[in-house]
Amino acid sequence: MTLWQRIKSEIVRMGGLLTLLICFGFLLLLLVDVLGDGLPTLSWDFLVNFPSRFPAKAGIASAIAGTLWVMFFTAVFAVPLGVMSGIYLEEYASSNWFTNLIRVNIQNLAGIPAIIYGMLGLAVFVRWMDLGRSVLAGALTMALMILPTIIIATSEAIKAVPDSLRMAAYGVGASRVQVVWSHVIPQALPGMMTGVILALSRAIGEAAPLILVGALSFVAFMPSGPMDSFTVLAIQIFNWAGRPQDEFRMIAASGIILLLVITLGMNALAIYLRARSVKLS
Amino acid sequence: MTSTGDSSESSSLPIGQPSLNKSLGRASLSASELISHILVRGAALLTIVTTLGILWVLVSEVGLFFSNIGVLDFLFGLEWSALIEPRKFGVIPLVTGTLMIGLGAAAFAVPIGAGCALFLSEYVRGRKKQILKSIVEVLAGIPSVVYGFFALSYVTPLLGKIFPEIQFFNALSAAIVVGMMVIPTIASMSQDAFEAVPRELRDAAYGLGARKYQVATTVVFPAALSGFIASVILAFARAIGETMAVTLAAGSTPNLTWNPLESVQTITAYIVQVSLGDTPSGTIEYSSIFAVGLVLFGMTLFMNLTAQLVVKRFHERYH
Repeated sequence: MTLWQRIKSEIVRMGGLLTLLICFGFLLLLLVDVLGDGLPTLSWDFLVNFPSRFPAKAGIASAIAGTLWVMFFTAVFAVPLGVMSGIYLEEYASSNWFTNLIRVNIQNLAGIPAIIYGMLGLAVFVRWMDLGRSVLAGALTMALMILPTIIIATSEAIKAVPDSLRMAAYGVGASRVQVVWSHVIPQALPGMMTGVILALSRAIGEAAPLILVGALSFVAFMPSGPMDSFTVLAIQIFNWAGRPQDEFRMIAASGIILLLVITLGMNALAIYLRARSVKLS
Repeated sequence: MTSTGDSSESSSLPIGQPSLNKSLGRASLSASELISHILVRGAALLTIVTTLGILWVLVSEVGLFFSNIGVLDFLFGLEWSALIEPRKFGVIPLVTGTLMIGLGAAAFAVPIGAGCALFLSEYVRGRKKQILKSIVEVLAGIPSVVYGFFALSYVTPLLGKIFPEIQFFNALSAAIVVGMMVIPTIASMSQDAFEAVPRELRDAAYGLGARKYQVATTVVFPAALSGFIASVILAFARAIGETMAVTLAAGSTPNLTWNPLESVQTITAYIVQVSLGDTPSGTIEYSSIFAVGLVLFGMTLFMNLTAQLVVKRFHERYH
């Protein structure tokens, strides 16, 4: 190798490594910045208090409760629908133009900005179905938003199940429902779970659609059912982060620490499940 | 995007699904079979209904807006002042604000994402690769609002040391944090594309005496160009639809400028501004969010379809 080639070779290799280090650097800076601002004000009181005009007294309890309510109903709607759609595409649909249209459409739905789903939710769930600015309207909107992600993940997981398994089951006389339920789904479960967890963690961090659906930024009560008004962690953080006072910026950071523990924890779980399923197969 | 490729290949298996469908036939459908068939089919059809619903909502809600504001005045007007008198509804400042942050984010994310992808696919193997890839993907798992906070509390003050004239809300810091967000989109899609380049191609180049860096830059990268371009388009589409980070970081000043140090308002930030305010529904201001939403929807739909087309049409087939 000539000297010039050696130099170019090193430039390509070090350049690639450098971009990777830049990513890690960003991540580290972001975490250090958030922890530095938020840890001092993160306390038990912060977790159990309601929001307040006074940053020292403000807490995030109603946002935690709202997030739990919304995510519970989002999962109830989105998981069965997403899994069933994935099963339809991989196990039932014959390959014709209509199935193709559904596939292309799902890819597109996955690329539509979250805020557009908010407009859909506002017009259909809040106004047309008259659900008002409720947990239920928010959850239905979020469910539609994460549906494409769950469908795509389910399809991929089902596609990875070897055909020999299906043939063996059909060969001993199993019906299609039996094949899907007792053979395909158990095999595809880790992959499906990975997709579901990632989709739900995206929904927990996403505030834009819920702002349109009408989540409030000041909720001084605990939502106690699907028809109550609500706020979520991401909206509460947005509200605090946008204020000029430093004290509010600090409690915004405290809220972010909580939000990151939840979303990054779910991401880690998803990565773990994926790694384990790769090892098993 | 390898997923699109897979779906067409799997059906070419001799024992693929289509033949299964036929061999079962209608006569063998029991009641439970029929019900489950209807259920899963209904779930899949819901995705079509969702798309139609979005189109219907956007189109039906803009009626009020366009009965008051001319379409041409809207599309080509250079001033946007929807909430303050005198009211002007020219969408161009919102579009330039959106594009500026989208382009800035892409300028930032494309080299970094491409570098990560090339390095991960060509220079790292095995377990180390999995771990490094997972760390890059953490960037995508961080919520948008957190990036907005980071822009305000860290990026903008830092930029202020370099550009003292920078405004508190500015397009540059928004573009940087949105760029960070979309790095994993480019990195992981491009990495898949690079890794899908067949071994024979690399071996042939090595056989001719090429070095690893030459294989990476003159064989692998050009062969996977379609996947790389598609990843960039998708990342751009994500960047212009990004909401919470840009609303926090870039502010809400509709501003016809290409100066990244000034505050701008994106389409998404305007929609948030109206939704948070006390604008009553049924007014022109209120219906204007659906008009700009339609513009945003059109832009992202166009880019998503282009990305899919690029993958399909220009995908090099080796087998």
